[in-house]
Amino acid sequence: MVRRHLLLALGALVVVVLVLETTSQFRNAQFAAMAYYAIAAAGLTILTGLNGQLSLGHGALMAVGAYSTALMLQSREGTLPLLVILALATVITVVVGALVGVAAARLHGPYLAGATLALAVAIPGIPLYFSEWLGGEQGLNVRMPEIPVWLADAAYFVTGQELTQIRYLAYLGWLGVIVVFVLLANLSRSRVGRNWQAVRDDEVAAELAGINLGRARVQAFVVSAGCAGLAGGLLALSARLAAPSGFTLTLSLLLLSAVVLGGLGSLVGALVGAALLTFLPQVVTGAGTDLGLTDVQAAQLAPLIYGLVTVLVVLLAPAGLAGGLRKLIHWRRSS
Amino acid sequence: MLTVDNLSAGYGPVPALDDVSLTAGHGEITAVLGANGAGKTTLLRTISGLVRARSGTVSLDGRPLTGVSTEDLPALGLAHVPEGRGVLAELTVEENLRLGALGSRRKTTAADLRRIYDLFPVLAERGTGLAHVLSGGERQMLVIGRALLSRPKVLLLDEPSLGLAPKVVVQIFELLRGLVRDDGLTVVLVEQNARSALSIADHGVVLNLGKVVVRDDAATLAADDGLRHAYLGF
Amino acid sequence: MQQLLTTVLTGVTLGVVYAAFALALVLIWRATRIVNFAQAPMAMITTYIALVLIDAGYSYWLGFAAALLSGLVLGAVVERFVVRFVSGKSEINAVILTLGLFIVLHALAAIVFGSRYRSFPAPFGLRGFQIGDTTIALTGFGVFTVVAVAVVMVGLVLLFRGTDLGLRMRASAFNQEVSRLLGVKVGRMLTLGWALAALVGSLSGLLIAGGGLVHPSYMDGVVVYGFVAAVLGGLDSPVGAVVGGLLLGLSLSLVSGYVGSELVPLAALVILMAVLLLKPGGLFASVRERRV
Repeated sequence: MVRRHLLLALGALVVVVLVLETTSQFRNAQFAAMAYYAIAAAGLTILTGLNGQLSLGHGALMAVGAYSTALMLQSREGTLPLLVILALATVITVVVGALVGVAAARLHGPYLAGATLALAVAIPGIPLYFSEWLGGEQGLNVRMPEIPVWLADAAYFVTGQELTQIRYLAYLGWLGVIVVFVLLANLSRSRVGRNWQAVRDDEVAAELAGINLGRARVQAFVVSAGCAGLAGGLLALSARLAAPSGFTLTLSLLLLSAVVLGGLGSLVGALVGAALLTFLPQVVTGAGTDLGLTDVQAAQLAPLIYGLVTVLVVLLAPAGLAGGLRKLIHWRRSS
Repeated sequence: MLTVDNLSAGYGPVPALDDVSLTAGHGEITAVLGANGAGKTTLLRTISGLVRARSGTVSLDGRPLTGVSTEDLPALGLAHVPEGRGVLAELTVEENLRLGALGSRRKTTAADLRRIYDLFPVLAERGTGLAHVLSGGERQMLVIGRALLSRPKVLLLDEPSLGLAPKVVVQIFELLRGLVRDDGLTVVLVEQNARSALSIADHGVVLNLGKVVVRDDAATLAADDGLRHAYLGF
Repeated sequence: MQQLLTTVLTGVTLGVVYAAFALALVLIWRATRIVNFAQAPMAMITTYIALVLIDAGYSYWLGFAAALLSGLVLGAVVERFVVRFVSGKSEINAVILTLGLFIVLHALAAIVFGSRYRSFPAPFGLRGFQIGDTTIALTGFGVFTVVAVAVVMVGLVLLFRGTDLGLRMRASAFNQEVSRLLGVKVGRMLTLGWALAALVGSLSGLLIAGGGLVHPSYMDGVVVYGFVAAVLGGLDSPVGAVVGGLLLGLSLSLVSGYVGSELVPLAALVILMAVLLLKPGGLFASVRERRV
């Protein structure tokens, strides 16, 4: 199984290179965004789909990753290598996630939702309070470090094209996606992953089987928080900014809806959800302005659709769009 | 009079009720007996429309109840006291009783309450307190009193003796017999405690795995040793 | 001393609004075991309806009445046509459903009413009363806020304790099946319960907005505070919700006055976690334990 995942990853890497090299700067930027949405959604998928914990606070955890990244990139003199910075941002978010997870592990359903909702609303207040360090309302500008010379040279040698900052970021993001997805796919098939699932399906049975419920929940939360941290770091790099307005409740809710749209529990679903979050706005905003809406109004069409589809999915196909489709096909076949 | 004709219900390949028929005559107590899982509770729930019937009909004094929703049954004269008693513990005793009268779409009068309190003096003492504090026997009295306030023609009782001290069971069963005798109430009594049930019932129906295995006079059933051993456990 | 008084008065005024919002959440929780997170955008929408009327030149009171009425309708519609279909199913689905509604209502409001900040009028003065030389933090609108919430609460108590309809609603909330067997039209009672809850939610939306600014997310914090207040009171108890709301209003006002208003949501989070982990049944928990 691990072998298959690695092969898939290798295939994905080839596709990523081909796609990023043949598309425009603008598309590259979109793919970079899709990458961080995909990582965050994958983490949430593991938490909600596999372990049955609902988090409305993942936007806040992304903020932790984003601010950590931004802080490490403040100094004008040399900074740590970017990969190290992203790894550190992930670790910091993991620590915060562990704190939240320990508390969350004892809650369920609406209580957990309410507590993480409070987290999502509370976190943006912190940079406002510590505005000297964290830049207040304006946030922290992120200074994107130079691309290492050897990498730029190597890229030119292989592709014959100059490696731009944006494309570099897109590569970084998709590298993250591939690593995270392989890890999560292996994890969810491992004993640990099966334990998480057992806890979701039946707590009593899981406990009788010797699974430590609390530990399983905290583990899942921590892994999922790590994903959010990495995604936040990448977001900060893409946006060149870490500011409270980037991590509102809406972000958390959209992530959740992406996971629901993709189908709770499926990593491919998380990728689909991320693609929807990235590409749908442009399409429907265009359609909206054609219909005579103002730009501001048209920009709200995408969230409107996410919300409507989320409601419809819960009402009609609780297994998510992917699950619903599967069921439909199955039904067609069997009838 | 309550008539059940060829009633079937349940999900999956094994029906919980399979072609069950019974008639509960006016002013009579009909005991429905059988082991755990025989379909007794499902029978009452299907009569009340809480479980959808797959086939068959139920009628009350000749009026078919097919398509009548559960909520409208009390107004038609059918009261169902569910298993586990169904006391609304968060409401007061009096509020529970008032709900009984509301079921038949009328206001509770002081006379109504007095009638119930005369039947169950212990409830009068508890009137304004939460039903939460009642003992098991008092709860059973409350739900029967509540059902009576809807002025039913037919009363469905699910395991009224469950978990009660023998003395209390006697008290409640004697009261039932009195109601049937004096007011012409029709009672369908589901019981595990077959011996006690048969002692006050006029007729008995024995269910096994969702089917009627035998129906007869209560006295005849109680005297049939083979049947008692096979299905009734005494 | 002056600052403490100010803090307490502000806390009480905010507290009654949180109490009203918490009460709305509790009413729905008791009836359907759903925490209606969409209560916040529902109240936001109804406040915008009032604002549109007021901006069109109608009186504040007409807007006020229209908001409450549309809250009633919105609550009923949401229960009957959306929530009805998930009741009794997995609790995670119900939560996701209310969040989906949250997103929908947000986006709709931004499309219909715009996303910029708009000021909302207050029917009474916003300046503190004068006592001698000092101005205290009690405003005319503050008094109105307390009175309005008190009136609604007394009304609800009268409805639930004093009428047959209220008795039926309470019965449906406690046990749907037994209620149906007693002839209570449970579906109707649930619709009515959601409608009433949404009305109370709308009232708190109007009171938060009064003399301030509204925009599509102006109620987002309030749903958190309402939830915390409801949990403080045990989530099941209307009285608890009211007391919880007042306590929370006071605590948050203290944080805002002495630490910094930016940390108010964080303080709410800390209070919530403390209650859930230390006293999960709420501050007034009786013997019955509760699974959080």
